[in-house]
This record gives sequence, structure tokens and C-alpha cells, in this order.
Amino acid sequence: MALIVNGIEAPPPADPRVSLLDFLREHLHLTGTKVGCNQGACGACTVIVDGRRVLSCLTLAVQADGASVTTIEGLGTPTALHPLQAAFVEHDGLQCGYCTPGQICSAVAMVEELRRGVPSNVTADVAAQAIAATREELRERMSGNLCRCGAHNGIIAAIEDAFGLETAA
Amino acid sequence: MSIIKGAKARAQGLAMGALAKAVALAPDSWIPGSTPDPLIRRRSGHTGKPMSRLDGPLKVAGQARFAAEIALPGMAYAALAHATIAKGRITALDTAAAEAAPGVVLVMTYRNAPRLQRPPVFMSSAKAAWGDDLPILQDDQVRWNGQPIAVVVAETQEQADHAASLVTAIYAEEPAATAFAEAKSKGSSPGSFMMQPLHNESGDAEKALAAAHFRVDATYTTPRHNHNAIELHGLTCAWEADGTLRIHDASQMVAHEAWTLARIFGLAEEKVVVTSPFVGGGFGGKGLWQHQVLAAAAAKLAERPVRLLLPREGVYRLVGGRAQTEQRVALGADANGRLTALIHTGFTAKPPASAMPEPFIVPTRSAYAAGAMLLDVQVVEVDGLSNTFMRAPGEAVGTFAVECAIDELAEVAGIDPIELRIRNEPDKDPVSGLPFSGRNLVEAYRLGAERFGWDRRSPAPRSRREGEWWVGMGCATGTYPYYRMPGGAARITLTAEGATVDIAAHEMGMGTATAATQVAADRLGLDPAAITFNYGDSTLPGTVMAGGSQQTASIGASVVAAHRALVAELVKLAGNDSPIAGAKPDELSCRDAGLCRADNEAAYESYASILARANRPSITVEATPSMPFEMMHWSMHSHSAMFAEVRVNAVTGEIRVSRFLGSFDCGRILNSKTAASQFRGGIIMGLGLALMEETQFDARTGRIMNPSLAEYHLPVHLDVPDIEVIWTDIPDPHTPMGARGIGEIGITGTGAAVANAVYNAVGKRVRDLPITLDKLL
Amino acid sequence: MTPFTYARADAPDAAVRLGEGGARFLGGGTNLIDLMRERVEAPGALVDVSGLSQAIEETAEGSLLIGAGVRNTALAEHGLVRTRYPLVTRAIVAGASAQIRNMATVGGNLMQRTRCTYFYDVEGSRCNKRSPGEGCDARGGFNRIHAILGASEACVATHPSDLCVALAALDAVVHVEGAGGARTIPFGNFHLLPGETPDRETALEPGELIKAVELPPLPIAAHSRYRKVRDRASYAFALISVAAALRVEGGKVAEVRLALGGVAHRPWRAHAAEAALVGAPASEASFLAAADAELVGAVPLRDNAFKIELARRTIAAVLSDLSEAGA
Repeated sequence: MALIVNGIEAPPPADPRVSLLDFLREHLHLTGTKVGCNQGACGACTVIVDGRRVLSCLTLAVQADGASVTTIEGLGTPTALHPLQAAFVEHDGLQCGYCTPGQICSAVAMVEELRRGVPSNVTADVAAQAIAATREELRERMSGNLCRCGAHNGIIAAIEDAFGLETAA
Repeated sequence: MSIIKGAKARAQGLAMGALAKAVALAPDSWIPGSTPDPLIRRRSGHTGKPMSRLDGPLKVAGQARFAAEIALPGMAYAALAHATIAKGRITALDTAAAEAAPGVVLVMTYRNAPRLQRPPVFMSSAKAAWGDDLPILQDDQVRWNGQPIAVVVAETQEQADHAASLVTAIYAEEPAATAFAEAKSKGSSPGSFMMQPLHNESGDAEKALAAAHFRVDATYTTPRHNHNAIELHGLTCAWEADGTLRIHDASQMVAHEAWTLARIFGLAEEKVVVTSPFVGGGFGGKGLWQHQVLAAAAAKLAERPVRLLLPREGVYRLVGGRAQTEQRVALGADANGRLTALIHTGFTAKPPASAMPEPFIVPTRSAYAAGAMLLDVQVVEVDGLSNTFMRAPGEAVGTFAVECAIDELAEVAGIDPIELRIRNEPDKDPVSGLPFSGRNLVEAYRLGAERFGWDRRSPAPRSRREGEWWVGMGCATGTYPYYRMPGGAARITLTAEGATVDIAAHEMGMGTATAATQVAADRLGLDPAAITFNYGDSTLPGTVMAGGSQQTASIGASVVAAHRALVAELVKLAGNDSPIAGAKPDELSCRDAGLCRADNEAAYESYASILARANRPSITVEATPSMPFEMMHWSMHSHSAMFAEVRVNAVTGEIRVSRFLGSFDCGRILNSKTAASQFRGGIIMGLGLALMEETQFDARTGRIMNPSLAEYHLPVHLDVPDIEVIWTDIPDPHTPMGARGIGEIGITGTGAAVANAVYNAVGKRVRDLPITLDKLL
Repeated sequence: MTPFTYARADAPDAAVRLGEGGARFLGGGTNLIDLMRERVEAPGALVDVSGLSQAIEETAEGSLLIGAGVRNTALAEHGLVRTRYPLVTRAIVAGASAQIRNMATVGGNLMQRTRCTYFYDVEGSRCNKRSPGEGCDARGGFNRIHAILGASEACVATHPSDLCVALAALDAVVHVEGAGGARTIPFGNFHLLPGETPDRETALEPGELIKAVELPPLPIAAHSRYRKVRDRASYAFALISVAAALRVEGGKVAEVRLALGGVAHRPWRAHAAEAALVGAPASEASFLAAADAELVGAVPLRDNAFKIELARRTIAAVLSDLSEAGA
């Protein structure tokens, strides 16, 4: 078996202690995925596994064996940015840039959750099938990604812009 | 601090004081900044434009390699073991199990660590920047709960982490002072900051207070805080074949770091090279701490490159934050609300070895015209990890106390809080007597109040209710000084294609490199794309700390000096056949990749032409700016008018900030996009300070009990509303580019604006940060 | 982390077999991996059961049988859960972050361990839950997030789950399988109070695996709420949470379910309050009186006395809200 990372197969590590995060960073040298707490409290290590955003710090690499993993490097490159990456630059949705890959991976999968109608803690009617993309919804859904520089407004603006979300404050 | 060092510091302080007096009285023309920077007049260039940050594409694509992401051949991984007592001695240290664990290369303790010099403490020398002078893994003494006692180096991080957990120690504990109240009852000592005593007095403030028509007198307390940059502290380091120690670090002081590590390891300064092209957030925390020395020492012992990335808990154990304070603010005013007495005194905690008491009275010195004034900081010694600078040290918590007190006085006096502040605007610096270089706080309030809709606020608390939520508005003044530290220097290399600017400055997300590129482009008459700005490397010119919001000024002044030297050099090269022949540098300006006469733009020659004629592919100049005497000649401060609207839940006491506006007077803004982010970032950290942040220091053990981003709460997206930032954009006539630093001011005043809004919402004064819901039930 | 072996189980009986000899079952890993990294736990073997039983099925009796491997997000977004048991959806989305909810399993949620910081501080603090008999540093330390109900001299920790508070209110049933066969455990018996043995947190026997959680049919659950109060707007553990369902007839409480989170070592079913409410007028006075009946035995610690008043107010507000919304 193997993990499929950004479309490329990688055999799982021999030591089961290796987290998916350290596997990406130390074994595959994909250092775009960041380590901010290693305890599931900051979201900097967010990657997309089989379409779902997850924390790679609390995932053992062996658990992801057989799964398809998309990291920030799999979304775009500096000269061919994903629309959301480009929007982050335009709206200054970053300062130091350290939480940024996690924010972006999280947002890409978040928009899918929103479109699928997954309710959130600020959704008024959890029984409703369609959920309006209010700014409050975006904020709640992105709350698992901490940013210490304070780029929050720019991040939300970038998400709205890149995905054409018409939000009301 | 020892008696001898204390005496030395006092002597230096006196010398500084004497110098300050002389500089204050000197004619303007002797002082840097007396002639306004020509760029201030130029409004059509790149400066001020909302240019996107230059390293943005690299960062959003995950291609920016941070310090702990550099992989070196043969690299091993380190992990630390920490002491679990506050004070005492290690009587037994068992490393056998760790040494025997799979993959372990070595275990380093005080018994086998290389002999190292003690770190030079901050301000003891030009490049000294360590917060204390405690020895690093050199003896069996434990000086704080969490101190490193062993470094394990192994082939993988997993192996190192596991082996570090196998190190066991037995201690002989000694009595430690870990409880603030108890330590305070045993006495305090006068604090000092930047070698100046933290004490100012004019008139008899207590007497004036007793006689005042209106009076408020209250105590405000603020807890310990941690910087909590999302990037963990970490480095990758190697001893190279020629004996050079190469450090890939996350640092906001590369030149200081290289010099300091050279001192500690007994090396020539140039034998330590520190690079730090990306820093994942600093806020004062990415300075010098033990991990850099421990990693370098372990690499030396292991004879291999070593990576040490602290876990989040490790950051809390090794890297200090903001100290706690207990502040008294007493204000007396006459019947018209004019201050007759301003008392701001109190206590802050720090361990005996720390050189950095939290200087909470600093913002008060220039805040208000008051009849009599008493400002004083007393230091209480508490055993624990050394505290340090954290975003707006002094101002962040000092403005909380004073600006809440002003709000309380406004209520007592029945005067609108903005009007009360305007009535007490000083026309010169109340403490130093110096003229202000630029102070437009009243204008900032006018702009902010109008934009925010301050006139919709009812002065009576509990006036507005929406469903379960009480809604209130509050305002406060923020302030941060202009700083420019000595040590700036820049090198400019000019070619026919463009220019390279080299300076050992830092980019931690402030947008430094982007703004510096815009300014350099205007100064050199080049397109920003023709400018390469190199930074984050200790081999570059300058000793430029990313601290005190001074980088922009330091870079600006350094580039001004280097630019001047460059123009002089170009005039020489241009010779007698050039349209600019014979001109003095001051008579020239730069445009369109060349030089022209300032009074006749047609008299122009391009750089390419000058270089070609001189048969030179490039020219390089390096220069240092004059000493920052402007800071002693004018009172130089930025200000802000901060406005908060909060909602307090009537059932649960939960607080949500629903609107925030910051109106800033910070001189000229160099990049309206990145500046807005800086302001917002400071404000958001201020929301954390106001509502949720606290490092829990167990008074029984001196141990930090929430060393985690799960239990130390930072604001999340849902805590952050749309934050509007506006600015006066009035240039400071005496600073490079007319700008003053903007990195720290956003956090100042924010806590008070929120607290005052909470009061307006529910009628309860919370004077103890953070304002958590239990304090409102 | 201490070295361990890892194996994936493809069926419950295989998992139970693999789990013999002290292995820990691994779900989403959001708590267990963290605890292992913090050295609170050091199992020699992990059996990954996150791939087992991911179905949500309706039984012939009208129950909803939720496989233990169902991810929190999948449970929260399930159509029947959203309409029949909205408090379950609400409790889930109030917890953690979206990333964690995508990972965490229902079985793992029941096995969450306390967030007491002294419990987490393996090196520097004493904890009876970690090391029985060692002592408790939380009792005299930072205990703002700790228990006000059902605590013991040995332990004042709280259970951190949101989902479990809703499950407690619903009288869920836990289906388990061990070497001795399969059995069910009523949710109210699943989590234990600390007593003298705070290290023992659930009624599971060693080696027993959670296979599923059953939600019995409960018409009033369609009219239910979950309200969580915490120190920031999102992504924080509860100071207090309230799960409730209510039916009012002729102005009187006909049927009520009430459970509290953040107050005790286990999700706290408020039986005393429920007893006080049935037959009482559906008024704020009744709701406050019921809250008082539940909280009469509350014992505050140094930092958490506020929880008593907070719980009282939040209970009353949730019940009032349900009542006004046409219970």
C-alpha cells in the first residue's frame, strides 16, 4: 500500500509513530504543511485527505495509508497559483505566512462542506438543506485555523472573492 | 542584577540623561530629521500604494522555507528535557535509559555540555539583546520551573522525543518566591527601562488628587501573556568545516544573535552566520533564548547538523512573555474636567535575573496635560522564566489602565470621554517638555468618531438591548513612540538594470521588505521590480532589531545615508561631460533610473549612461545614518483613537466584539495594504488581551499550567469582526519618509476600548484582564 | 511517543482479538494521539478501528443505530439526525473544529479524556487519574474549568465531550463487544463518577470495543436545543453546556430531557431538574427552580463558583427558549 500525496505514491513510514505531518515535512520534504502546536489546537497542519480537511498532526501516517492526500503544494505553485492562493495575496490574507497553507487547505475543503449543506454552529436551522454563505458562517467554519498576525479579515475576503460567495456581514 | 552591574547601568543612565538634555537644547539644524525627507513631498510615487506583499506568492504556495524546514545532510534531531521545580539543585540526573534508547546519538547535560560564556544581557553592549544572563546548561542549579536540563539528539524526531522522556532527575528543592502577592509583601525595588528610571514626578500629585473636584482612583491588573507566534521556535544549525557556526533561525535580531552566539561560544563574530529569511511571527518573542545555544552546543558535541524545533509546551517553558502588572491609576480633575492630578503607579513581576521590567507608565508620560503627575513602576521579584518584550511592552497594558480610568473620570464628570481627552491634550510633552514632532490625535478622534457613529452612543450604561444582548460602545487612546535605534547601515549596489539594497533587517509579516522596496524605488527613481531588497542575514550591513516598531525608521535612515553616498559617487563618475556635472548631492534628485538636477529635471543622465561612460558594471556604497538624536530633540509618538462596539449576553455574560474601528495618526503610511494588516493585527491581539489571553502561572510551583494553544485562548475567526482602520496620513516632518512605526500601536488602547464598551453595555467595570464572562455574571 | 505497534482491524471480532493484551483502540485519533504525544498514555499497541461500522441505520423499532466509526461530521449532517435529533447535530457542531469533526469518530467521542491541565502535565503535576494515589494538584490550583457536581476528593475533572451531553439527554444505548461477547450499556451507566478511582472512566471492561451507539425513538427530541457557553466564540471547550428537549401541554411541562456538560466527571443527566419540571407550569420561575433543584448539591472550587450561576441561567434560558418556540 501507499499514500497518494498530491497524486504521487509514497510508501508509509516504518515507524508508526510518524504523524502524517512529519511524514510530509521530514520524509517527503513537503514543508508547506506547517506545525504550529502538534496537538490539534491551531489548524496550521490542515491537509485534505480523501476530500476532507483534517489535521495532519493528529493523523498517523500509517492511518492515511491508501488515502489520497492534497497539501498546499498540490493546490498551486508560485507561478500558477490556485485562485484562492492568488486571492490571499491580493486581499493580504496573510502576514508572516505561517498559518497560511493551513488556512488555504482548510478553506478549499470548507467551501465544499458549505455547498454540501453541512450545518455549523451558527446555522440557524440545522434541518435546512441549503445553507447561506454568510460572513458569520465563513468565520465559524474557519475558526479551527488560528492566525496570530491577525489576517482574519483578509482571509475571509479572499475566500469570498475566490469562490464568488455573496455574503452579508 | 548585581550591585556592580546596577551601578554601571545607573551611570550609563545618567550619561544618557545628560546627553538627552544637551540634545534637547541643541538647535534643530544639528539634529537628524531637521530637514524633511524629500520623499515626504513626493506623493506620486510607489510609496503609500497598496502593493501586495512581495513574498506572498511563495508563502501562499507553501514554498517559503522557514528555519526548521531546512534539511541539512546528516542532520540529527534534538529534544529537550525540562526541570519540574522552581528553584534548587539537581542531585541526580539519570540519562542511561535515554542514551540506550533506539537512535540516540547523545544526551547532553550540564555534565558534558561545552563550556560556554554567560549571555550578555540586554543593553550591556551595542549588540547585546539577551533578557537575562543565566548560564545555559553549565551547572546543576535550577532557576525556573521548565528550565532545560538535558538535550537529546537522535536520528529521528520521534526517537529524540521518546528518549527525552526517559531522562529523570532528582532535585534538592530550595524555597522559591513564586506567588506575586507574597513576593510583593516582602518588598519591591524601583524599575528602569532603557537605562532610565521608571519614575516621573512633578508637583504633589497626591495632594492635588485630594483637592480635586472630580476624582477616580482604582487598581487594574493584567496577567502574564505569551506571544504565541504560530511558527514554533526552532532552528537548524551546523558547524562547518572552517569552524563557522551556521544558524538557520527564526529571528527578529540576526546581527545581535550572531554576535551573541559568538560571545557565548568564544568565536570571532564573523564565525557565526545567522540567516532568517522568513519568520513565522515574532511579536517580541523571536529573540535570543536558550534553545539556540543548546542546539548549537549539541551540534558541536554531536559533530553533526542539528535541528531543534521546540514543541508548543517547550516554547512556553523556554520563551518568556509579557509580565503581570498591578497598576493604580488615580485621576483628579477640576470642574471643567481638566486634570489636576495624574497618578499611575504600581507593580510588575519579574525574576531576579531578568533585565526587562514591564514599563507600563511609558505611554502615560506623554498622554495628558496634568497639573501634577506621579508615575512609578516597582519591581517584585518572582522566580520563574524570564519575561520579555511583547508587542508594545508597557503601552499594551499601561494604556488599558489609564484609558479605562479616563473613561471612569468622564462618567464621574459627566463629560463625553472624547471631549474629556481633547480638553486634556498637551501642547508639549508633559514630562520632557519637548515639542511634539507631530501629534494629531484630535484629528484622529474626529475622523474616527464620525466614521464609527460615536454620536449614537448613549452615555448611560444598559441603554441598548437587542434580544439577549446588551450593546455598548467604548473608545480609548492608543499610543506608541517613534523609535530609531543606533546601529543602522545599508549597502546599495547599482547596476544598469537596477539596484540591490542589503540590510540585516527582518520580515516577520510586517511587510518590511515590500515597503522598503517601494521606498527604495522612489528614492532611487527605479521601478519596484528593479529593486532587490536583501534582509534576514547577519552578514549584511547593520544591526537592526525588528523591535520597538523601529525597523522602518532604521531602514529608512540607513537607505537615506547610503543613497546620499551613492549619489555622491555617481556625480564623481559622471564627470564633467554630464548634464549633472558639478552638482552637489543635495541639488540632485532621482527619476527614471537616473539623476537630474532638482531645479531642472531636464538636466538628466541615466544610471546606465553614467556607468557605461565610466566603464563600470556596478557601483556599491555602504553607509550608516547619524545617531538617532531626533528622539531626544522632539517628543515623537504615534497615536490612535480606538472605537469598540461590544455585545454582552444578558444570560451568560459572553462578550462579542461586533464592530471595531482604529483611527491612526502614525505619520505617513508607506503601503496602505500591508499597513492596514499591521493595524488590524495589533487590534486583534488587543482583542485577545481584552477578552481571553492569560498565561496561567501556578503560584505554588512557578509552573505554567496552560502551555498549549488549546488552553491559552487566542481569538479565532469568529471572534474577529470586520475591523475598519483609517489614518490621518499626516507625515512626521522629522522622520525618514515622514513615517513612524506601526507594528505595535494597534494593540495599544484596544483593551481599554473594549473594557469601556463592556461598561457602556452592562454597567460593570472590569479592571482585571482578561474580561471573561464570569466577571460579568 | 513510546514505541507501539499498529494494526488495522477489518471487523469487530478481529479488532477484539487484536486488542487482547492491552492494546488501545484508535478511532479518529484526535484525543488519543494527543495524549500519547503528551505521554499521558503509552500503549504498546494500537488497533485502528476507525474503518469499522460507519453506517447510520434505522432499526425496525425506530431507533437510529450509529456505527462507532461514523465521523462526527457525517453524524451531524445526516438527514434523520438533523430532523429527529437536532440537539445531536447542534452538540457536534458546537465542538472542536471542522477538521477535528471530520476525523473524530462517535466511538472515540465517548472515550475522550478530561482537559484538566494537571492531568496533561505528566512531568510536573500530580494527578490521581493518571497515577492513582498520587494526589490532585487541580483542587488547589487552576480549576476554572473543573467540576461542580459529583466530584470527589480524588478528582475534580470534567468530561469534555459535547456530543455525549446530547446522548445523555436522549438515553442512548452503547453497543459493545468484548472477548466475553456482545452487550449493551445504557448511556447513563457508561461514564463513571470519579469516586476513589478516577482512573476508571467508563463501564467498559478491558478489551471491550464500542461497536455502535443507539438513539432510541424519542419524538420530543425533534424539539430540542444544545447551548454551549465558552471563553471564545468557537473552538473551545465548554464552561457549561445544556442539552434539552421539552414538550409543553396546556401550559405545563409534559415531558422534558435535560443534561449538562462541563459540570462533572461525566455528562450530567439532570434527573432532579427533570423531576421538578414534569407537571410544573412552563414558566421561567419553574425553570429556575428546576435548575436550583439540580444544582443544590453543587460544590464550587477556588475558580469555578461562577459555573453554578451560569448553569442555572443557561438551563432556564434554554428551557424558556424551547417553551416559547412552541414546545
